[in-house]
Amino acid sequence: MNCKKVIREISNYLDGDLELSARQELERHLEHCDDCRMTVDQTKLTVEIFCDEEPVELPAEVKSRLHDALQRKIQDKGN
Amino acid sequence: MLSAAIMEKKANFGPPVGPPIPLSASNPHRLPSRVAREDEHVLVAAAKRGDASAFEELVSRYEGKIFRLTMNITRNREDAEDAMQDAFLKSYSHLKEFQEDSRFYTWLVRIAANEALMRLRKRRPNQFSLDEPIQGEDDLMPFEVEDWGPSPEQRFAQTEMREILSSVIDKLEPDYRVVFVLRDIEELSTEETAKTLGISIPAVKSRLLRARLKLRENLNRYFRQGTAN
Repeated sequence: MNCKKVIREISNYLDGDLELSARQELERHLEHCDDCRMTVDQTKLTVEIFCDEEPVELPAEVKSRLHDALQRKIQDKGN
Repeated sequence: MLSAAIMEKKANFGPPVGPPIPLSASNPHRLPSRVAREDEHVLVAAAKRGDASAFEELVSRYEGKIFRLTMNITRNREDAEDAMQDAFLKSYSHLKEFQEDSRFYTWLVRIAANEALMRLRKRRPNQFSLDEPIQGEDDLMPFEVEDWGPSPEQRFAQTEMREILSSVIDKLEPDYRVVFVLRDIEELSTEETAKTLGISIPAVKSRLLRARLKLRENLNRYFRQGTAN
């Protein structure tokens, strides 16, 4: 497997969607290719960092507007 | 657990020393969602029976995450607020139609994504396409590969990191950004993402690969060694 193929398969590799033989071939390439290994590691880390980002607390006025709109909807439905 | 995994992997950056350490390929970043709580279905059932306070609890629980989703898709504050609000109102109106064949949160994400996409298309009509142009692969190769050093994400304060992430996702083309947000941040499956966006599964996979590679490339300028604060 060459570098180009490794890059093409990064997503499938990280998602566990590669067949065993392809995964083994890719991992053999990573053993001796620093650039590909760094790219795979950093791509994985990129996803993890975005996944770990905490949601921002909703600003008070936005929250208030949302809950007012919801109250109106609930009352409309009740009538 | 995640931190430990990251720390372990970080120790392996740089030239290989000793036997290579295989990377886990079994969906390593897909941790169990912190979103779905065990009582979600109880609240949904109560809300379906007309218990408004149960629905309000669901709103309070997910409003921050849904706002992050609509903000990530639209990249426009006003549109994000409107899309979030309309998503909750629509989900309330259509709650009885929710078949519970998925998590409530996943159903809500799909509604919110559609609300956000509608506004994105309106504001930037040519920037999100359902078409799937044939793309070559020559542009996939990373332009810059540099060592990020240990713990790049710990070198920045939380607010600074938030600004970095906002800046790099802002630079991503909407076609790629939306797929990344749904698949990687909201943890929708490839099939659910394809269905939500009305594109094929190969298109989801292709856009996700490009999104991940571009985000890595854009993060490189912040994380490469020598740029720490």
